[in-house]
Amino acid sequence: MSVILSVENLNVSYGSIHAVKGISFDVNEGEIVTLIGANGAGKSTTLNTISGLLRSKNGSVTFMGENLGRVPPHKIVSRGMALVPEGRRVFLQMTVQENLEMGAYTKGSAGIPADLEKVYGQFPRLKERRRQVAGTLSGGEQQMLAMGRALMSHPRLLMLDEPSMGLAPILVEQIFEIIRKLHKAGSTILLVEQNAQMALSIADRGYVLETGKIVTTGPSGELLASPAIKKAYLGG
Amino acid sequence: MTILSNLISGISLGSIYAIIALGYTMVYGIAKMLNFAHGDVIMVGGYLCFCTTSYLGWHPLPAVLLAIVGCTVLGIVVERLAYKPLRSAPSLAVLITAIGVSYFLQNAALLLWGSDPKVFPAFFSFSGQSGVALLGGQLNITYVAMITVTVCLVIMLALTTFTGHTKMGKAMRAVSEDKGAAQLMGIDVNFTISMTFAIGSGLAAIAGVLLCSTYPTLMPTTGSMPGIKAFTAAVFGGIGSTPGALLGGLLLGVIQIFAQAYVSTQLSDAIVFAVLIVVLLVKPTGLLGRQVREKV
Repeated sequence: MSVILSVENLNVSYGSIHAVKGISFDVNEGEIVTLIGANGAGKSTTLNTISGLLRSKNGSVTFMGENLGRVPPHKIVSRGMALVPEGRRVFLQMTVQENLEMGAYTKGSAGIPADLEKVYGQFPRLKERRRQVAGTLSGGEQQMLAMGRALMSHPRLLMLDEPSMGLAPILVEQIFEIIRKLHKAGSTILLVEQNAQMALSIADRGYVLETGKIVTTGPSGELLASPAIKKAYLGG
Repeated sequence: MTILSNLISGISLGSIYAIIALGYTMVYGIAKMLNFAHGDVIMVGGYLCFCTTSYLGWHPLPAVLLAIVGCTVLGIVVERLAYKPLRSAPSLAVLITAIGVSYFLQNAALLLWGSDPKVFPAFFSFSGQSGVALLGGQLNITYVAMITVTVCLVIMLALTTFTGHTKMGKAMRAVSEDKGAAQLMGIDVNFTISMTFAIGSGLAAIAGVLLCSTYPTLMPTTGSMPGIKAFTAAVFGGIGSTPGALLGGLLLGVIQIFAQAYVSTQLSDAIVFAVLIVVLLVKPTGLLGRQVREKV
């Protein structure tokens, strides 16, 4: 197993708020790694910084051997990572298909039809609604669209930020089932979740964040069994 | 017959407003800023065209093309120097900067070309005629009016196709909705904003030539009133909406000409703005504007 993403001593601030305080972690090829923690622990900030939406104060992000610190934000996706952002952030006034096309923005247009078919195969609901504007989709469908859009760029690393947020339990199950399938098909996944139970149930390893620091790490099974984690994040 | 001829003048003037309003609306949609210097780009376009034809004796066609290229470059440079450094500044700072750029352009024109009005050459007359007379001479349609309306429709169609069917156009729509998400797709947001200014300013040059061909007096302040009117048209139609700019522009032009003809020339501008106020009271997003939900 080779390390594809390595984060070292990452610090991120919003003005005077020091949101991420020197965290370090790795993701290996083929793994699902999850960052769990309460609201405001710095999980989303971490993902946003890796994908270039935010700038770090110091520390480094190395992706497939390349330090991303000097890569312009819009070029990061072409390096092979895609983020499904918190709150989905699909383009509400564009159609489902146009959203997916935007996901393939950095790719040549030749491969797009085949990639569209592949995504439609994974998410049949999106195919039914390909001509609808994304604003008319339900929350679950928008989550699928955001995931499909990210997959259009053929990411080596797929990062998911709170994919279960605001969804009914049955939809959460569905979304996690899809994540599991993507993993089986060979995707490497970095998953950020408040729903620690669900996240640990599919992840290989987990990191627990508290107010911007990693407090515990280990294989998911161990974290699930740990009394301290149970008490703090798993509701008992 | 005078009604019909006024209607035609109104539609022609409205088409010019619509082309200018497009520039306002596109820039607003993408950069979420009101580029109050947009009207002065029209004036620069007019002067560029005037100088090359009157002083250098160019044929109108290359002169218009040069004006378009010149304004496009001007738009890119202004965005780069004045607005880009303020990308994350409060909108009030950007607004004041835009007003500053507007004064800068007007005064630069004053310095370069002086304050005395220039008479813009009549491009659109064929075999000594400036228009065609219909219905036994009762109705006269000028070539300028015909060309203005045609150019406006062509621009509308071209822009609709561009934003709906090209990769760059779709990227623009994505940026206007969510810059962060667009960046995650690999779209270069700064380049896209720059392109929008370029297109808007190129359109302003076309509007400048059409405006000066209809009302052939060219002064450093020539662009400011039509600029404000077109801004009104953009808000009237719903700012951010392309069909809104067309509808708003046409309505504003027709209202203005009718007010001039049937109410009072002095009051016509007041009437135009009164209509805007009424529309905004009844429908705050403009005629075709959509409610923008604030994200939490």
